[in-house]
Amino acid sequence: MNPRILAATTGRILRQLRHDRRTIALLVVVPTALLTLVYFMYADQPTPPGQPAAFDRIALIMLGIFPFVIMFLVTSIAMLRERTSGTLERLLTTPLGKLDLLFGYGIAFGLAAAVQAAITAGVAYWVFGLHTAGSSGLVIGIAVVNAVLGVALGLFCSAFARTEFQAVQFLPVVVVPQLLLCGLFVARDQMAGWLQAASDAFPLSYAIEALQEVGANAEPTGTMWRDVAVVIGAVVLALVLAAATLRRRSG
Amino acid sequence: MDDAIAVHDLFVDRGGRRVLDGISCNVPRGAVTGLLGPSGSGKTTFMRAVVGVQVVARGSVTVLGQPAGSAALRHQVGYLTQAPSVYADLTVRENARYFAVLQGRGRAEADQAIADVGLTKAATQLVGTLSGGQRSRASLACALVGQPELIILDEPTVGQDPVLRADLWARFHAMAAAGTTLLVSSHVMDEAARCDRLLLIREGRLIADDSPAAIRAAAGVDDLDEAFLRLIRAGAAGPASADATAGREGVS
Repeated sequence: MNPRILAATTGRILRQLRHDRRTIALLVVVPTALLTLVYFMYADQPTPPGQPAAFDRIALIMLGIFPFVIMFLVTSIAMLRERTSGTLERLLTTPLGKLDLLFGYGIAFGLAAAVQAAITAGVAYWVFGLHTAGSSGLVIGIAVVNAVLGVALGLFCSAFARTEFQAVQFLPVVVVPQLLLCGLFVARDQMAGWLQAASDAFPLSYAIEALQEVGANAEPTGTMWRDVAVVIGAVVLALVLAAATLRRRSG
Repeated sequence: MDDAIAVHDLFVDRGGRRVLDGISCNVPRGAVTGLLGPSGSGKTTFMRAVVGVQVVARGSVTVLGQPAGSAALRHQVGYLTQAPSVYADLTVRENARYFAVLQGRGRAEADQAIADVGLTKAATQLVGTLSGGQRSRASLACALVGQPELIILDEPTVGQDPVLRADLWARFHAMAAAGTTLLVSSHVMDEAARCDRLLLIREGRLIADDSPAAIRAAAGVDDLDEAFLRLIRAGAAGPASADATAGREGVS
């Protein structure tokens, strides 16, 4: 990796994003709008004694899921465009290293996700009165790690798509099973053994558990740090696999 | 000896079809070499092999003394793909500056490359809003910006207005005079006359490898189009490689 090239690549991706005002608007507005929907869905739900309010529980998980899903989609399409426009092939004839490109995407979209997560979390805490025992900074931090996980998986999956039609199909394949089994719908310890095993294999499950730890504990717990480490490990693995799919030579 | 590109017995298959069928040739340094041939003859595949992005079935491609695709060559080779490969959602200047940094150059070189392709007035325009000809010149600027020793240009002048085309060719010759090697593909025969040397390929085989004057003399006609037609007919009658070998020996 070359710091100058990495910085230029990150800047280039952010500049592309800056020229696309509609995408910026969607990135900023959509998670907040969905969160608003969740708020009103649960506004009249009674809270069982001794348990967190339903909105607190769901909104916290949503703050982790939005950046993951959105950045997965954005990255798969962005990387596919690099492939189909011929810019990827051109880049690979220059001194740019594969990791310069992959980390460039990770950093650029990670920064975009940080802005997005800060805005969404701000609205959740101040407008909708989200309550978590732990700090909001940790929630935003985990949301950003989740976004980078989405970027890394998107970079990897885009290698298997030839067209945009195929790329969007990876959302149900890669993202939806992780959503279903992450503990949002059914608590993980109440699922059948084989579903738990699948859930244990999905990185998103750890990210959601980390958020739940922040929701329930005033101080960061060992479980939370372990979960964050697992997610970061998954990010590194996905990036290494993505680098392996970038071939300088093709048929 | 002083060849920028040395290709020996190159075979390439794509999609189960033989695209390059045993090509051997040399491209001299500091000259503009034209790669001519009809659409589908293998020009792009040949260029990809030289740049080192093409999987090769057999044979060797040596570029500036190193195997094609070597890491060191990435600083020394500029490649323009046939379809403009620049970012449509960036301005011309942002594209040029990005590719400048990749090659270790700065803003001055980026602006110079934009000026060289006649896009200074459109520098702040998004590439996506440019005309087809402008877009391919934006792509050309990104290939020139690193001031590489060897420049591979796949149909750089398609769709350009005649005045600009003449300007670009003058620019190519000025670069060659300064020591840069250019390999330029075209399917337009009137551009062949502008090259110092010509490689004619057809159906993956080399039909001619000589200077335009020598090709005219060998075919006995003044018109290059007609000369190529005769070479192709002669090639069809006998083994195609015989012509290529004869041509190569004629100059080295």
